[in-house]
Amino acid sequence: MWQKRLIALLVLVVGAGIGWYVYSSQASASRPFKLGLDLSGGTQLVYRADVSNIAGGDVVDSMASLRDTIERRVNLFGVSEPIVQTQHAGTLAGQPEERLIVELPGVTDTQQAIDLIGQTPVLEFRMLKEGAEPTGAPDEDVNQFFEPAAITGKDLKSAQLQFSQGLGGPSQPVVSLTFNAEGARIFAELTKKNVGRYFGMFLDGVAISVPVINEPIPNGQAVISGNFTPESAKELARNLNYGALPVPIELISTQTVSGTLGDEAVEDGVMAGLWGVLAVMLFMVMWYRLPGLIACAALLLYIVAVLALFMLIPVTLTAAGIAAFILSVGMAVDANILIFERMREELAAGKNTKDAIHDGFARAWLSIRDSNISSMITAVILFWFGTSLIKGFALVFGLGVLVSMLTAITVSRTFLMALGLEMRTGISRFLFGSGIFKL
Amino acid sequence: MFIIRHRNIFFLVTAAIVLASAISLFAFGLHFGIDFTGGTLVEVRYEGVRPDTATLTSALEDAGFEGFSLRESGDTGFTLRTSTLTNEQREGLSTIMSHQGGTAHVDQLTEIGPTIGKELRNKALLALALVLLCILLFIAFAFRKVSTPISSWIYGLIALVALLHDVVVPVGFFAFLGYLTGAAVDTLFVTAVLTILGFSIHDTIVVFDRVRENLRINQERNRKEDFAEIAGRSLGQTFVRSVNTSLTVLFTLLVLYFIGPASTRDFALTLLVGITAGTYSSIFLATPLLVAVEKWRRKK
Repeated sequence: MWQKRLIALLVLVVGAGIGWYVYSSQASASRPFKLGLDLSGGTQLVYRADVSNIAGGDVVDSMASLRDTIERRVNLFGVSEPIVQTQHAGTLAGQPEERLIVELPGVTDTQQAIDLIGQTPVLEFRMLKEGAEPTGAPDEDVNQFFEPAAITGKDLKSAQLQFSQGLGGPSQPVVSLTFNAEGARIFAELTKKNVGRYFGMFLDGVAISVPVINEPIPNGQAVISGNFTPESAKELARNLNYGALPVPIELISTQTVSGTLGDEAVEDGVMAGLWGVLAVMLFMVMWYRLPGLIACAALLLYIVAVLALFMLIPVTLTAAGIAAFILSVGMAVDANILIFERMREELAAGKNTKDAIHDGFARAWLSIRDSNISSMITAVILFWFGTSLIKGFALVFGLGVLVSMLTAITVSRTFLMALGLEMRTGISRFLFGSGIFKL
Repeated sequence: MFIIRHRNIFFLVTAAIVLASAISLFAFGLHFGIDFTGGTLVEVRYEGVRPDTATLTSALEDAGFEGFSLRESGDTGFTLRTSTLTNEQREGLSTIMSHQGGTAHVDQLTEIGPTIGKELRNKALLALALVLLCILLFIAFAFRKVSTPISSWIYGLIALVALLHDVVVPVGFFAFLGYLTGAAVDTLFVTAVLTILGFSIHDTIVVFDRVRENLRINQERNRKEDFAEIAGRSLGQTFVRSVNTSLTVLFTLLVLYFIGPASTRDFALTLLVGITAGTYSSIFLATPLLVAVEKWRRKK
């Protein structure tokens, strides 16, 4: 018996520990819950990228470059934790479509957000001013050190990853640039005049490469060498290619939620969560008495476990996700009800408390499993179906169903066993009884 | 068991509920939200006085808005539905809508392009089909064993009838809600319906499982008992469980509806109606129907 009680105590301590961890992480904001745009306030923009002029094999590359470019632009404007991602919409959209999704938490002026993204990325070439020594600090003003070069991004025809044939040494990845006829002429003149100077390439005002001009380049074929890895050289080539020739994008969808509305939703959600939990606990204690109290302990453990999971995975919480969580609280005691009803039947059949608990759990298990299967099916399909809104619901709902199954079964069993009550006395008969008005 | 004895009364009640839902559905129809149709939805909240609808309508017409619908929301807001916005309209939205001393704040602005709408529509249909298919498989699995005096497929069929009831009722209700408050069928509504499907099917299966278990026990013990008696007894044994598991869920949904976030209010209400319908049908429709079918087959 003391062993069972020790385990029960351990479960309580671990639960309290997790609860404390979740609470302190929130209180100190070291690991805050991740809130979706509908709760934090912000803007989501969805663009269709026009890839009709891009060869099939290059689509993925050009989309990645588009994403990088937009990300750089968004970062430049100091938006905290933006999300920029590409998405391939398949046949369900009617036609295959390449999309770019931009999420800007905190930006609640839709038009401002659109303007911020809308400009086409610009590739610029600039010369380092003579005598200037940039320190490379991120907040450095570029214009202080660089002056515009005679050549512009429009003059670049293409950039390519190549491997230099070193002098007997290992081959090095380099990036070769090809300028158009006009560009070749300007570039020849520029390099002739400026041997030894730094030549900066900027995408949206951010330096992506600053090589030294080693010799005049007459034919419009330049090679940038340096400490490239094949990946970094490839990325540079990609940036140069599509920075100069970006994929045209067209806005197809926006969603903006104001900060006030988001804050209200969070506040209402938390209140609804608290009252929901209270209502369920009150009902369980009034109807199932002592086992009901144990179901409450299991419910509390379920809540801290799920909250910890939300924090650690992390799950992006939306209003629909909060609704799913509150719904899952009502469903989490489901398993307990199944078990207690079965236990009641076993007790009525004349078994002693210990056997009734044991058999009640064993026999209720199949029912519990089945009742959760159909909910899990829905959760999985919803997750797949999901827009981010529905995914938020499905993930929380699915997690809730799984975790609650575990806590309801293992935790309540441990506690019930640890109590070790016998049905001999009237009191324990009352405690294990059920119904609000019955003794 | 009084539910079995007076089953004809409950059949009438059920028929009335389903009829009311169907009438509501056909009379009011379902309004599809911009999730599925594409378009723009704006929620505006006013600081100070809220302008009247006529003033706002003419202001919007002056700003080049066409084919829009305007509806008061809450005590301080307006909901505007319209097609795509131009940059000028989007930028000037709060200025255009501020009138009669009230300052408009755009609380929520959602624009959905036609391809996204089409994709969401197709995805919703596919998800609905998939959930139905999985539930059919689940029912087939639950009733895979041969049984007497009623064959397994009848249990399955009745479970499906109950499920149909569980969907028709919230859908009919939602049509009425749409008429009252302008609630539109969106992805959240589809989510609610799918959740109801997953949750409700199980209640019916539990009662039917108990019926078959009691039939088997009787057979083993060579006990003769009327089918209506067995069904009634099984219903009595699972009654508290069915009601209590639904009650706890209904408690949380009620709380969610009354004090939860505004954006999930219709969702909570749909679930409330659907899960109530699901619990009702598993107790007052499915098992009585089973008894009726058994009686009818015996007479033949």
